[in-house]
Amino acid sequence: MTEPLTRTVARLLASMAVIGVAPGCSSTPPVPQGKVEPRALGPASHLAVVDQYALVDRITWGATSSSLQEIRSEGTQRWVEEQLHPPPDPPLPPAVAQQIAALSIETTLMPQRVINVAQRNHDIDKIVDEEQRKSARKDLGEEQNGIGREVATRMLLRALYSPNQLQEQMTWFWFNHFNVFQYKNDERLMLADYEQTLRVHALGRFRDLLGAVVRHPAMLVYLDNAQNAKDHINENYARELMELHTLGVDAGYTQRDVQELARVLTGFGVDRRDPATVAPPKFRPELAAQYTRQGLYEFNPNRHDYGDKQLLGVTIRGSGPAELNQVIDLLSRHPATARFISRKLAIFFVSDDPPQPLIDRMATRFARTDGDIAAVLRTMFESPEFVGSLHARYKDPVHYVVSAVRAAYDDKPILNARPMINWLNRMGEAPYNRQTPDGYPLNEASWAGPGQLTTRFEIAKAIGSGSAGLFKSEEPTPTERPAFPQLSNPLYFEAIRPKLADATRHALDQANSPQEWNMLLLSSPEFMVR
Amino acid sequence: MNRRQLLRLAASLPLVCRSSLLWAAPQSGGTRFLLVFLRGGLDTQHLLVPIGSDFYYRARPNIAIARPGQGEHAAIALDSYWGLHPVLEENLYRLYQAKQLALVPFAGTDDESRSHFETQDSIEMGQPLAGSRDFQSGFMNRLVQRLTGAEAIAFTDQVPLSMRGSRQIANFALRSVGKPAVDARQSALIAGMYANTKLAAAVNDGFGVREEVMKQLATEMSDSSRGALGPKGFELEARRIGHLMNEQFDIAFLDVGGWDTHVGQGAATGYLTNRLEELGKGLSAFADEMGPRWNDTVVIVISEFGRTFRENGNRGTDHGHGTTYLALGGAVRGGRLAGDQQAIEESTLHQSRDLPVLNEYRSVLGGVFGRLYGLNESDLAAIFPDAKSKDIGLV
Repeated sequence: MTEPLTRTVARLLASMAVIGVAPGCSSTPPVPQGKVEPRALGPASHLAVVDQYALVDRITWGATSSSLQEIRSEGTQRWVEEQLHPPPDPPLPPAVAQQIAALSIETTLMPQRVINVAQRNHDIDKIVDEEQRKSARKDLGEEQNGIGREVATRMLLRALYSPNQLQEQMTWFWFNHFNVFQYKNDERLMLADYEQTLRVHALGRFRDLLGAVVRHPAMLVYLDNAQNAKDHINENYARELMELHTLGVDAGYTQRDVQELARVLTGFGVDRRDPATVAPPKFRPELAAQYTRQGLYEFNPNRHDYGDKQLLGVTIRGSGPAELNQVIDLLSRHPATARFISRKLAIFFVSDDPPQPLIDRMATRFARTDGDIAAVLRTMFESPEFVGSLHARYKDPVHYVVSAVRAAYDDKPILNARPMINWLNRMGEAPYNRQTPDGYPLNEASWAGPGQLTTRFEIAKAIGSGSAGLFKSEEPTPTERPAFPQLSNPLYFEAIRPKLADATRHALDQANSPQEWNMLLLSSPEFMVR
Repeated sequence: MNRRQLLRLAASLPLVCRSSLLWAAPQSGGTRFLLVFLRGGLDTQHLLVPIGSDFYYRARPNIAIARPGQGEHAAIALDSYWGLHPVLEENLYRLYQAKQLALVPFAGTDDESRSHFETQDSIEMGQPLAGSRDFQSGFMNRLVQRLTGAEAIAFTDQVPLSMRGSRQIANFALRSVGKPAVDARQSALIAGMYANTKLAAAVNDGFGVREEVMKQLATEMSDSSRGALGPKGFELEARRIGHLMNEQFDIAFLDVGGWDTHVGQGAATGYLTNRLEELGKGLSAFADEMGPRWNDTVVIVISEFGRTFRENGNRGTDHGHGTTYLALGGAVRGGRLAGDQQAIEESTLHQSRDLPVLNEYRSVLGGVFGRLYGLNESDLAAIFPDAKSKDIGLV
């Protein structure tokens, strides 16, 4: 990189407004768009000259003083490389690792828990006394709610403190992409395992990720495929698998394709009975070898439609489990999938309406690398479109809450994530609470409405005013540690303050307490974007 | 900060589009319009039962609602062909008898994607299906643009697509109403930070609407003291909406989820029955809360599509096409079924699986808006471009 080039980029970045001005008013000046001409920058990675604070703020769950220090000492390229290819078991701060290890979801395996609860439900049905039955059912329901909260706690702790910040963001992204709803049936018991499955594949190959999701009980239950059987067809999963998970709604598939895919998916389901006490089902001799049971997942030949199917112009020979692999290959390698996934990644990381040339380059990379997610992300990160979008992506509530707590407490571990879950609930983006399979919206308009903003300012006040319950443990004897949000920190003075608009500085100057100053900073237009 | 202070504040912000602020005085005694969107695809054969169709009883061996007079949970006859789900007897049926409820079977959209999200979006945009569409322009927003002084609000967590557009419309979710912690001085400081940003109008509207809602709900909130709604909380939410629309808002939007019944929807009891009961109770609580103003009120209840006419393999139903709309209110010509109809036979199903759409939503709603607000052809063309409004006499 030559010096003049560096200065060009710096000037371009400086010209970007953090928040544009009101559109459509005749009296307003044109909105600065932050567009960077690719030609002016040359062919090399645009990351070489990027504002490190802005980059960290985008690739992590929110910049902190220590993350800024990290990228400065490692250098941008190496830091990005580590984020794209992180070690599998990152060292968490010991206090955080301890909190996670103490959660019951870390010690009880999913099949064991689901089988146990199914059995208990069965026993509860047999209780004669109605009051007793009701109270037993209520207790069991609350126990499951507690498990759902544990999973959310683990997710938030990792988002706050894991060194694998990109992997954690991608885990949230894929959960949202392959969304399931915690209050459907016994989903709460499956969330921990499901999320961990997504985490493992979050930066790997899309085909592996899709293959793991298709066979996961959480998905099979949520989209009703556990009920999909020959002569009892349920189209739900087949439709969403193409519309939301792979091809996208405009890819040109038909209702006939949906029906044919539903036939392929027959027999892939969930068995909640204990294999130790229940004999496997009986099959005709030629089918017996195809019966599969792994944990809760099963392929049941008796429920499968063995006829041939026509999917997207391809004949799928009726053969049992192999059909599923063929379909996963077909869908994950379809050009429409490369475009659809690339576009969604660009929406998450760049803008509501990402530039088509960027999507095309990402999709090409997707196809050439057989869906290597890290490679596609690298293409995006190194693009001028991405660099030009830094500091301009509006935060959804999860990004807002996590980035605020990270900025306020950096690596000092919180003791209780419940306040964060409550804030996300108030803003309508609580973990595992999206009822529909489309996941939470990623666009600005969904989260920047008037009601959203007033709620956000309320939460800014809660976070800014003190420890807000984050440092009060929930054990039988709750202890509270003193903690005050430290927003007036090196990150603020070195990276945030220089970019604040005059109006924001003016408001901050009028704060009449540290609490109010915190609230104003967290409410500022500059803190709403990443 | 009160409304006047906010207006002063807004006036001091030169870069804000003042036309986008929504608190111009509403016309007194004006019409009230509420759109209720049932997200997930309501199985309308459960709500409006084709008791005259033998095919219906063959197509749904496990989940049909029995003919009137046949047992405890039988349908309530509206005429010889149609019946109402029995769980609606105390609420929607009463409104029907009072001639304040009309039902429009075979309603819906020409969108055949059978995708919840695609269909909800295309309905909310209200634009022609062919050609390029503006994803930031909803038909409710375009309606509000045509009316002077109409005050609009969405009672949802997010501003819904139908209410997005060039007019800034506020949202306020009533599930989680709490006493605001950010005081007037702090609100002014925050608004000041946003003065020159594109979010200025949204920030100001948010504070303004919050103050209005708090004022209106002050009594109710101190009475009930518990802000959180239970799982059956739709009735309370509907009451709050009724209160706010009675006092303040002319046009509103509300959505209710949970209608995607692929599995075990139940017959005359069970999951879907419970949801319908909740809906019926809520709508009638809303009517109650509107008081005399109910006479000037129209509520339209829609869903993105109906469901398969036949039950599926899991005693549920899959995504279908034609649905049934409800029109409620003192201003509605109720106690009847409206719009084009046909007998339901195997041969008349759409793609041999769903109810056909004979009453396209843009035509029907255009007809309602035309009557309700005296809008002319060019107004209606702005709200629903390229649609032919069809007055089916709902109001």
